[in-house]
Amino acid sequence: MTGFLDRLFGRVRLGGWLAVAAPVLAIVFAVLITSVVLLVAGKPPVEAFTTLADYGTQPRTMVLILNSGVMYYISALAVAVGFRMNLFNIGVDGQYRIAALVAAAFGGAALVPGVLNTVLVIVIAMAVGALWAAIAGLLRVTRGVSEVISTIMLNAIATGIGSWLLQEHFGVLTGNDLGTRPIPEGARIPGMPLVAGTPLLVNGLLVLAVVLGVAYYVLLSRTRFGFELRATGKSETAAVASGVSVKKMIVVTMVMSGAVAGLIGLPELLGASYKYSNNFPTGLGFTGIAIALLGRNHPVGMAVGALLWSFLDNSSNQLQLIDISKEIVQIMQGVIVLSVIIAYELVHRYRIVADQRRVGRQLAGSDGPGGGNGGNGDVSGRQAVEETA
Amino acid sequence: MTATDVSVDRPVGTPAAQRFRLSGPVLLLGLAGLVVVLSLARVITGANDITSAGTVSAALGLAVPIGLAGLGGLWSERAGVVNIGLEGMMVLGTWFGAWGALQFHSPWAGVLAGAAGGALGAAIHAVATVTFGVDHIISGVAINIVGVGFTEYLSQLVFTDMPGGGTKNSPQLPKMGTVSLSFLNDPLRTVEAKHWFVVSDFAGVLRGITQDVSWFTILAIVLVPLSFYVLWRTAFGLRLRACGERPLAAESLGVNVYLYKWAAVIVSGVLAGLGGAFLSLVAAGIYRDGQTGGRGYIGLAAMIFGNWRPGGLAGGAALFGYTDALQLRQGGVSVHALLLVVALLLVAVAVYQLVRQRRGGAALITGVVAIVVFMVFAVTDTVPEQFTSFTPHLTTLLVLSLASQRLRMPAADGVPYRRGQAK
Repeated sequence: MTGFLDRLFGRVRLGGWLAVAAPVLAIVFAVLITSVVLLVAGKPPVEAFTTLADYGTQPRTMVLILNSGVMYYISALAVAVGFRMNLFNIGVDGQYRIAALVAAAFGGAALVPGVLNTVLVIVIAMAVGALWAAIAGLLRVTRGVSEVISTIMLNAIATGIGSWLLQEHFGVLTGNDLGTRPIPEGARIPGMPLVAGTPLLVNGLLVLAVVLGVAYYVLLSRTRFGFELRATGKSETAAVASGVSVKKMIVVTMVMSGAVAGLIGLPELLGASYKYSNNFPTGLGFTGIAIALLGRNHPVGMAVGALLWSFLDNSSNQLQLIDISKEIVQIMQGVIVLSVIIAYELVHRYRIVADQRRVGRQLAGSDGPGGGNGGNGDVSGRQAVEETA
Repeated sequence: MTATDVSVDRPVGTPAAQRFRLSGPVLLLGLAGLVVVLSLARVITGANDITSAGTVSAALGLAVPIGLAGLGGLWSERAGVVNIGLEGMMVLGTWFGAWGALQFHSPWAGVLAGAAGGALGAAIHAVATVTFGVDHIISGVAINIVGVGFTEYLSQLVFTDMPGGGTKNSPQLPKMGTVSLSFLNDPLRTVEAKHWFVVSDFAGVLRGITQDVSWFTILAIVLVPLSFYVLWRTAFGLRLRACGERPLAAESLGVNVYLYKWAAVIVSGVLAGLGGAFLSLVAAGIYRDGQTGGRGYIGLAAMIFGNWRPGGLAGGAALFGYTDALQLRQGGVSVHALLLVVALLLVAVAVYQLVRQRRGGAALITGVVAIVVFMVFAVTDTVPEQFTSFTPHLTTLLVLSLASQRLRMPAADGVPYRRGQAK
């Protein structure tokens, strides 16, 4: 038994496969839980999943999945920027809604022609999102208000101000739908016929999502700013010691997160409905949080997460055909998120224990006093790891 | 804010001479002063609803779920577990409360079921944060997502087949009994209707808190001193709070930190579940999707406002409940009158800062803010109805940004704990 554990903890080198194993296991676990819930309600789980899979792989659905996935992904990026610095921007939801509303109003007013208008919409969306997020950042650094609470409150305030702006200032009634004036054709971004076998077009803002994903990677992993951001997230004291101004970092990160959040509404504004109305998608900020957790803030991981989420959302309606309520998908999404975070935590612990054993063994092997039983080596090994971690 | 609750647990060695001390008489005086200010604003603006019995009664009803959620937050954060999942646990409470009441044809069965529903959500939070050491906020956010999905699925499954029920709401729920001091009703109503300065306002407030008070409200109010007693006056509470301040020290004294954290989180879920059950059973008499409307978060804010103390938390809940109630009662006019109240209170604060604390700069800033608020009040007639919807949230934000400097949360709040890390 000890031999097996030794092999498992001590000698087997843990590659990147564990990082992939965690989400896969979590999804399997979520499927199991969902099956149990379905069975309790007397519904056939296998049929439910095959229905989801069948519908999800049709060309038309694939386009829909990509299109919602684009928004989910941008939202996840906005959240992830904050997460990397231990900043919980729960307010992405309010930031993107207020940004999209103001940007749509300016775009619809057609102040400048053609492509300039597109640029204007993008700039305004980013600026409004950034400003709205900056409130929370400034409150945190000047008054010490936790950004978790302040952004939640700002979400509610954004809802109120948004509906006031829409009803009293920006809104035009078309039929029953109150919305801003549509953005003129010259400023719209055309769709792309990427998927064969369906007339539906993939939202052109897919390009924006890809660019943002790459920019996110480069910024965080290849620049000094990104390094400082991650360092502050890992250890504030260490960051301060190396000359990082934590207050400045908090405000800048919050503003960046808000600016990205401002972009969430663009696929809808520039590529789908061209206006902000009462039917504008809501709650994307919270979807973004879930996906950022799912993808562990990694640009590729989040892309996979966004597609998975979007697949579940888009295919869920189909379940009603076999008399299963589509809300089962929400349960599944929730369980996936919860089990993924627990799985990551377990993998993380497993790694630490394995590293401790490995270091302990090396220390025990290299010098005499540790002896063969590994007791001393174990302790010093743990200390070594804790100091590096 | 009870008198006892501020006087205990004062950090040793802080100079208390210049600090404002809240004792029983001062508190009563303050409350009376508040009514006078409100009365003044009412007479000036004619917004009779800001002290009417209806508003006070609504405020009491709205403060209860916020207060229960806040108490829930208090229990878990005192044991060092940040509980942003209160909202999700409350959502579970609304559904299970409604289900229990319908299933067993008794509102009190609904209360128990709601508590159990909240505890269910809390158990998930405890597994994730206490047992597995997941980041508390991440787990809480996940629970909020799960809570909403789970209840929506369940209502689809259960309420759709009931007469009067639908995919997003339950049938009408059995009513819960209320108590009234009915001999006070008529005389107070007469006085209130006169709209005399101060006198009528007191009559309105009294009538609001003595007529048609639900038994559930009384239960909730009792839970505040009870929580204080358990957390600050028993060995169990001392150990629980030790887990929130110095888990490793608690561990070295033989306290099973995991057990205490688990207990605290479960109690937290029970309280949040009760808050949810109150919303569906008493406040609305029906379960609806999205009924909580973020009250779990406001409860958390009330707890922070109350400096992680039961008394302060109750004060915060009352404040947020009151602003919430105003938007229901002639929202625009009442909230507009509230601006005047805020301006007057700010003037009082500025005078206090200048005369008692001799902080001229601070007094100047407060004074300028007071003037700005008064200007806004003077140039507008009413507040747009959309703005009144976020009055409680804005109040929360303002209060936190003004007061957060003096708040002290439990030292190990939100820090993952693992047994055996003490060196």
